[in-house]
Amino acid sequence: MLEIKNLHAGIDGKEILHGLTLSVGTGEVHAIMGPNGSGKSTLANVLAGRPRYSVTAGSVTYEGKDLLSMPVEERAREGVFLAMQYPVEIPGVNNIYFLKAALNSVRKHRGEEELDALEFLQLARQKMKVVDLDEAFMNRAVNEGFSGGEKKRNEIFQMAVLDPKLAILDETDSGLDIDALRIVAGGVNALRSEKHSVLVITHYQRLLSYLIPDFVHVLANGRIVKSGGKELAEELEQKGYEWIEQEVAAGA
Amino acid sequence: MSNTIEQIANQEYKYGFVTDIESDVAPPGLNEDIVRLISAKKDEPEWLLQWRLRSFRQWLTMKEPTWANVHYPPIDYQASRYYSAPKQKRALNSLDEVDPELRRTFEKLGISLEEQKRLSGVAVDAVFDSVSVATTFRVELAKLGIIFCSFSEAVREHPDLVRKYLGSVVPYTDNFFATLNSAVFSDGSFCYIPKGVRCPMELSTYFRINTAGTGQFERTLIIADEGAYVSYLEGCTAPMRDENQLHAAVVELVALDGATIKYSTVQNWYPGDKEGKGGIYNFVTKRGKAFKGSKISWTQVETGSAITWKYPSCILQGDDSVGEFYSVALTNNYQQADTGTKMIHIGKNTRSTIVSKGISAGHGQQTYRGAVKILKSAVDARNYSQCDSLLLGDKCGAHTFPYIEVRNPSARMEHEASTSKIGEDQLFYCQQRGISAEDAVSMIVNGFCREVFRELPMEFAVEAQKLLSVSLEGSVG
Repeated sequence: MLEIKNLHAGIDGKEILHGLTLSVGTGEVHAIMGPNGSGKSTLANVLAGRPRYSVTAGSVTYEGKDLLSMPVEERAREGVFLAMQYPVEIPGVNNIYFLKAALNSVRKHRGEEELDALEFLQLARQKMKVVDLDEAFMNRAVNEGFSGGEKKRNEIFQMAVLDPKLAILDETDSGLDIDALRIVAGGVNALRSEKHSVLVITHYQRLLSYLIPDFVHVLANGRIVKSGGKELAEELEQKGYEWIEQEVAAGA
Repeated sequence: MSNTIEQIANQEYKYGFVTDIESDVAPPGLNEDIVRLISAKKDEPEWLLQWRLRSFRQWLTMKEPTWANVHYPPIDYQASRYYSAPKQKRALNSLDEVDPELRRTFEKLGISLEEQKRLSGVAVDAVFDSVSVATTFRVELAKLGIIFCSFSEAVREHPDLVRKYLGSVVPYTDNFFATLNSAVFSDGSFCYIPKGVRCPMELSTYFRINTAGTGQFERTLIIADEGAYVSYLEGCTAPMRDENQLHAAVVELVALDGATIKYSTVQNWYPGDKEGKGGIYNFVTKRGKAFKGSKISWTQVETGSAITWKYPSCILQGDDSVGEFYSVALTNNYQQADTGTKMIHIGKNTRSTIVSKGISAGHGQQTYRGAVKILKSAVDARNYSQCDSLLLGDKCGAHTFPYIEVRNPSARMEHEASTSKIGEDQLFYCQQRGISAEDAVSMIVNGFCREVFRELPMEFAVEAQKLLSVSLEGSVG
């Protein structure tokens, strides 16, 4: 599904990822953990194609295609979804109208028929239950006046509607209370299947108690320094990141 | 990414064609003889000629205003023509008699007079250069006592009404451009809604400048008698020309006790090319007088013209009267706009609302200038003002000048202002969900304008949204 090879990338000319290599198979859930400044968000943004982030070396192949050469909206239409760390507000643009436009542009790209207002509403209602949002929420402007938790749940709601092949969650758990965390994890678990891959980027282990990853990777100084199963996340929670950094230093 | 916004903003002006039609034009220049000529061409009564001449003499003593935040080379008022009319042999009785070339022009503009007549339930008065060429639905309207005709016709058929109200809201001494208009105005629309009548359809005027080297000086007068209601819409286009053409119109609204006038404008004069060459100078005076318990509501969508200088205003003279101003103004390339409103509270318990949305792209410069005056007599007056500016790219500008003058301590005023930029973040967010940059920009801009668009009659709201997307083609950054 996703092959990242020797990726060097950064923001505004400053290199942050120094040769990252990672392979995500179809149907797998990978967690990327690491201390602040290790390059977690850079990885998420580079994969989505955010402006100001640039790639200096390496390659990213997504379903056999060169992901880095695709424009932002094409990556999205091909099934790459980024749940953002800081979702922006778009005043005056109805949440449901926005999402319908998004879904229909994705469907059109896939050669599927666009949904009309009624069909879309049915789908949206069904998906809203997953993230426990009520209907009033659909008619508000995109993220405008939403609490931090509502914004994150909205991201997961959008993900549920758009049904991406590769979902990237950029610190979706940060700032969430335990109930919201459970809802977000529930949303991701609902997406889980042999056709969907998920990349969960997080600082803490706690989301991973609700969302059991198949693989855990530790990112430090722009490289993956350790990979393992879900036990690795628990070990990190107990020992902190320092332990990894020491181990890496000793090995080098 | 900045390319996309620029592309969206740079779409060509699609109304820029010229109609080849024989015109009756006055020689260039402005003097008393020209004023007399215009009046004679229109078979006007002596009192109107005298009014024009007084205006002209007043105008000679006036100076062009320079306080607006717009810049343009001096206008040579002697180089322009002040009268141009499509040649017609005689007065028309029906649409079928309109010159076919002229009818094709209006069809090209999307205003099929025939269609309008049959289907849409919108009565249209079409003004081509200086002359009203066709007014639809008049027979149906006449059954209700509603008068909707060209200004010249009103002077002939309803001289008492015209004489009573002409200049009663915008006196001929008002300002440089209004005074010029009073001297040389050519035609325009006239509308009278009798006591207690609710006008059953939208009334609409389309203005078109065609002949080169002419100015357009139309005059609109709308009177809603006690308890009457009318919703009025004007639209305008012009050919693409390298020269600048002057448009100095006057609109007067009179809302008698308990009446409501809703006046909507979709202004799309030729804005000039990408380098700022050509385009219309739109120097317009619009004002309404609201008597007891009446309401005047201005809604404008301004996307055209090289320069816009326009402040639709309300004199809230009667107790409990209401004034509203909803505006979307867009400046792109080298367009400049200095626009806003004046709300003058005189009566008790008068209320006004101002919602202004300014969008600047390219090198566009935009100024909101609004005055709210609460006079001593205006006990318990209330005003709410909101001015928001949206910038696309980093070469444009937005300026806000609110003037507030309160002479009664019981007044309540609220003013909110904001300036924002279409962020890279907003665009990225939309694109990451699969929406193209063009659609994203148009979605964000329309969201920004939503409070104003919902004030427009439905079909025009749709038109306004489309117009905005077109005017923005090529402009995000």
